[in-house]
Amino acid sequence: MSSLEHSPVQTRPTGARFLAGLMPRAEAVAIPVGALLAGFAAFSVFLLFVGKSPVEFFALVWKAGFSSAFSWQNTLSRVAPLVLAALCVALPARLGLVVIGGEGAIVLGGLAAAVTGTAAAGLPAGAGMMAMVLAGMALGGLCIGAVGALRIKRGVNETISSLLMAYIAIALLNHFVEGPFRDPASLNKPSTAPLAEALRVGDMPFIAAHWGVLAGVAACLISWILIERTTLGFAARIAGDNVRAAQVQGLPVSRLVIGFSALGGAFAGLAGYFEVAAVHGSANASLIAGYGYTGILVAFLARHNPLAILPVAILLGGFEASSGLIQRRMDLPDATILVFEGMVFVIILLSEMLYGRLRAFTPGFWETR
Amino acid sequence: MEPVEIGLWGVPLAILGGAIRVSTPFIFVSLGECLTERSGRINLGLEGTLVFGAMSGYAIAFETGNPFAGVLAAALAGACFGVLHGWICKFKGVNDIAVGIAMMLLGMGLAFFFGKPYIQPQAPDLPAIALGWWSDIPQVRAALQVNVLFIAGGLLAVAMAWMFRTTRIGLIVRVVGDSTDAARAMGLNPDLVRLLATAAGGALAGVGGAYLSLYYPGSWTEGISSGQGLMAIALVIFARWNPINCFWAALLFGGAGALGPALQSVGISQGYYLFFAAPYVLTLGLLILTSSPDRAMQGAPLELSLTK
Repeated sequence: MSSLEHSPVQTRPTGARFLAGLMPRAEAVAIPVGALLAGFAAFSVFLLFVGKSPVEFFALVWKAGFSSAFSWQNTLSRVAPLVLAALCVALPARLGLVVIGGEGAIVLGGLAAAVTGTAAAGLPAGAGMMAMVLAGMALGGLCIGAVGALRIKRGVNETISSLLMAYIAIALLNHFVEGPFRDPASLNKPSTAPLAEALRVGDMPFIAAHWGVLAGVAACLISWILIERTTLGFAARIAGDNVRAAQVQGLPVSRLVIGFSALGGAFAGLAGYFEVAAVHGSANASLIAGYGYTGILVAFLARHNPLAILPVAILLGGFEASSGLIQRRMDLPDATILVFEGMVFVIILLSEMLYGRLRAFTPGFWETR
Repeated sequence: MEPVEIGLWGVPLAILGGAIRVSTPFIFVSLGECLTERSGRINLGLEGTLVFGAMSGYAIAFETGNPFAGVLAAALAGACFGVLHGWICKFKGVNDIAVGIAMMLLGMGLAFFFGKPYIQPQAPDLPAIALGWWSDIPQVRAALQVNVLFIAGGLLAVAMAWMFRTTRIGLIVRVVGDSTDAARAMGLNPDLVRLLATAAGGALAGVGGAYLSLYYPGSWTEGISSGQGLMAIALVIFARWNPINCFWAALLFGGAGALGPALQSVGISQGYYLFFAAPYVLTLGLLILTSSPDRAMQGAPLELSLTK
């Protein structure tokens, strides 16, 4: 008789039980990956439509982005700003904010770092670098922190205000590099004065990429620990799910929104710092490279999970690194990558409707087998 | 005609002329967004629609030699973007604000992709009407060269306000925008109404884009829009979802955008690049002033995710 009292689940083979536990977690990976592949397919159709070969396209992306040490260097140089810009979207997103003005924080961070670097020429190199990092992060944090504050204090839509901030930041950059901080020696491309050699950031040992990549990895880890392993992050997740419930619980919702926004902005400002100190050597229009916008796509593809941001940024960094080769070899315009990114973005958002709908990912589907 | 020396009077005159010239795309995009938002949906992708409208309008005007064919093509292209946006947002769990951002990137990407061959050639311009015929001063005449689309935009604002207030279609859009449940109870299909409102809104944004490339600045470049589509969306909030207010707000924004060039025309070039920021600062300032902390914004459609 006792065998009849066993619950049915226990009599199932371990494989089914294993799947029943695993599949709900697998959903979070399978749907974005599936959507990404669907995006590749849609873009392939687009390429066929304009008379180009999708096989050649993806082969060139592989060649220019991932096949050799040189191409990895190209890719990784884009990973640092992409990761940091994506965090500027992902951190506020945990509180339900859609912030898309990371480009502005990058620009302001880079400008602040360059101006501080010029002013700190007399300081020891270590102190000068530290001042540049702090200035870049502070201005970036102020920019996006203000967006969060406007949202929570005045109800101003953060998507619109952050993008307006980006346009204002670009106007400020143009004003300062054309006027007060212009290096008279920069004729064709107005820039701030070039940084002293001691204030430049070099490459990491063994990896042909600057230290910004490591900073990006560290920022991802810090963000992940903050969100998943601290009470602050727990409070932020509650507030992101339901603001009213969080307020009833007495959580400091305003401070959380402003704090997470400011931290995201500070990371984007850090990206601006590395663009100036490790790539361009001064602040100029090259700071407006669109990393802030690609970072939005990275964050959404990673579903705002800081640990997933890194591999996604490497993937998209590779695509962006291959843009030049694709233009030359396939005679396609530079906007090709933008079309690709737009298509992937739309399909990724479309895939949001699949969560909880696919029966293969529910525990019950496997337990009743 | 020789320019007459009119001194500092040139500044307000240049701002007026600039306001009329610059405001037209704002009028069309904000009226389109007003219609879409009144149905309870937000379309942040109108910036991309505007740019694609500018490209397609220019391309078709160049190929056919008729600027109005370009305007029509831009409207059709904008409607296609609107339909896509409306169709995607229909699904449960899809965030319409995020979809707008994606559509913005896609629209700009497609416009730059297909627009490469049209950067060089010169397409025919849209005609303007000389409303300054009564004046002998050339600056006044220049300021009052009013494009037909500006006048069409003004009439459209009045027509849309009338539509919302007195017609059956206006009532349907308003009901859907205020309560999905009430609309269903009335036997309406909210998804279909929103799809059509988003498509019509996209078409208007496309027309706004065609104005950019076919009249002012009057050629197709990749930098043709500097956030006009997005500012127009902010402007709808400021205008409290009222089409007539949208028209006046668009004129105000156009004037702000004309401030820098107007001051430069009388020799004030200090902080020239800062004046580029004027429209954005004005938009942000007005957004801050007109938003309210408790988020219950007066006049906002109740189903709008922007205000929830």
